[in-house]
Amino acid sequence: MKRWLAVYAVAFFAFLHLPLATLAVFSFNSSRFTVWEGISLVWYRAIFRDPQLLEGAWNSVIIALVSTILSTAIGTLCAYALWKRGSRLLTGSLYLSLVTPEIVTGVSLLALFQWSFRWLGWQLGLFTVILAHVAFCLAYVVIVISARLRTISPTLEEAAMDLGATEWQAFLHVTLPALIPGIIAAALLALTVSFDDYVITSMVAGVDSQTLPMVIYAMARRGASPVINAISALITVFFGVLILISEKVRAA
Amino acid sequence: MRLRTLFLVPAWFWLAALFAAPFAIVLGYSLLTRGVYGGVEAPWTSENYARLVDPLYLSILLRSFLMALAATLVCLILAFPAALFISGAGKHKNVFLQLVMLPFWTSFLVRTYAWLFLLRDTGLINTALQSLGVIHVPLPLLYNDGAVLLGLVYGYLPFMVLPIYATLERLDPALVEAAADLGARPLAAIFRVVLPLSKPGIIAGAVLVFIPCLGAYLTPDLLGGGRTVLVGNLVQNQFTTARDWPFGAAVSMLLMGLVTLLVWRILRREVEDLV
Repeated sequence: MKRWLAVYAVAFFAFLHLPLATLAVFSFNSSRFTVWEGISLVWYRAIFRDPQLLEGAWNSVIIALVSTILSTAIGTLCAYALWKRGSRLLTGSLYLSLVTPEIVTGVSLLALFQWSFRWLGWQLGLFTVILAHVAFCLAYVVIVISARLRTISPTLEEAAMDLGATEWQAFLHVTLPALIPGIIAAALLALTVSFDDYVITSMVAGVDSQTLPMVIYAMARRGASPVINAISALITVFFGVLILISEKVRAA
Repeated sequence: MRLRTLFLVPAWFWLAALFAAPFAIVLGYSLLTRGVYGGVEAPWTSENYARLVDPLYLSILLRSFLMALAATLVCLILAFPAALFISGAGKHKNVFLQLVMLPFWTSFLVRTYAWLFLLRDTGLINTALQSLGVIHVPLPLLYNDGAVLLGLVYGYLPFMVLPIYATLERLDPALVEAAADLGARPLAAIFRVVLPLSKPGIIAGAVLVFIPCLGAYLTPDLLGGGRTVLVGNLVQNQFTTARDWPFGAAVSMLLMGLVTLLVWRILRREVEDLV
C-alpha cells in the first residue's frame, strides 16, 4: 500500500512540476522550434531587446511595489484592529473579495472607474490598476497577519499599559515588533499576487499601463514563443525564491 | 478603543469604495437598459435577468457548471491519494507540502502558458511523438474542452490537496489501526474509514476548486482558444466586444450570487488554513 502511494506521489509531483521544468529547459534551446539544438541564451537576450516586454515589466514592478506597500499598510492596521475587536461585516467582505471570480472583480471595478470618471474627467491608467490591485491584495494581507496575531497573547499589551504605556505605545513597542515576520510574509505574498494578475488588470488598465502579464498574454494568444519561455522561467524562479523566503520568514 | 477606530478607517474606505461601490454599480447596471453606443440608459428593467434563461446563455451556464464539476472531481481523485501520501510522509511532510504550493504561488499565467507550450501542434508532446514515428499528423491537443479541463485541474489542484491534508492530519491514526485489527485490508480501511472521516476537507477543497473554475476566464480563453466559451468569457465579452454592460452585469450578479451561496458558512475556517 505504502509503496503504491509513493509511486503515485512520484507521478503526482511530476505532473505538478514537469510542465514548468520543461518550459525552463526549452528556454535555453538555441532553436526557435521545439527540437533541441543546443544551449543558448539568445531568448534571454531577446527579452531585453523587446521594448514592449521591458515597458510591461517596468509597469508591473511599479504597480506591484506601490500596491504592495499600500495594501500591506492598510492590511496590517486592519488586522490589528480586528484582533482587538472583530467586525463580521469587514471580515465577511474580505473573505468574499477573496472568492469573487476575478473577472467579476475586474468588470465591477471597471464599471466603478468609468462611472466616477464621468464626473471627474480622468482616464484609466497606472493608478486605476494600482487601486484595483490594492482591492484584491488586501484580503491576503489581512489573513496572513491575522494568523500571526493569533499567536500573540493580548496580555502582553495589557501588561505594557498597566506599566504606563499608552495604547499607541503598546502597539508600536509591543505588538508591532512581534508582527514583523508576518508583515514581511504578507508583503511578499501581495507582491506575488499583484505581479501575476492578468484578468483584473486587463479590465482596468489604460493604453499607457500595459503590464508584463498583459504583454505575455497577448504574445501567448498569438502562439507559444521561446521568448515567453525565457521570461516565464525568470518569473517562476524569481517568485519561487520569493515565496520560499516568505515561508521561512513566516515560520520564524 | 480610539486607536482601533483610527486603524480601521482605511479598511472601511476599502470596503465602501473598492468593494461595496463596484458591487452596487454593477447591481444598478444589471437593472438598466443598454445604451445605443454601449453604456447604460434608463429605464429600469428586469429584462437582463430574463435573458439569462435564453437557451444560448443557459447552455453556456450549464457548460460552465459541468466543466467546474468535472475539474472538481478530477482534482479530488488526483489530490486524495497525494494528501494521503503527504500525511504519511513523517518528517518530510513540509517539504512535500511546499512542493505542492510552490508552483501554485509562482504564476497562474505561466502555469497555463506551460500547457500551451506542451499541447500545441508544434509543441513538445506532438514533436516528440512525431519524431518517434508514433504519429504523422499532430494530434489536436489544444483549443478544446479537454485542454481547458486539464488547465483548470492543473491550476487549482493545490486547493484540493491542502484542505484534505489538513483533515487527514487531525485524523486519529488509532482509527485506521482499529480497522486493520478488525480485519480491514488497507484499501478497505481507506475507503470505509479514512475517506468518510475526511469529508470536511473534501467539501472545503471541492468548494475551493469549484468556485474559481466556475468563474474561470483565463484558462478557457488561452487553452480553449475562444472555442470553449464559459460564463467567465461571457462576462468579459459583454463588457468588451459586445458592449452590452447591463447584460454582462446581470451575468456577474448571477455568478456572485452562486459563489456567495456556496461560500457562506462553509469556508471561512478553511480559507484561513490555506493562506
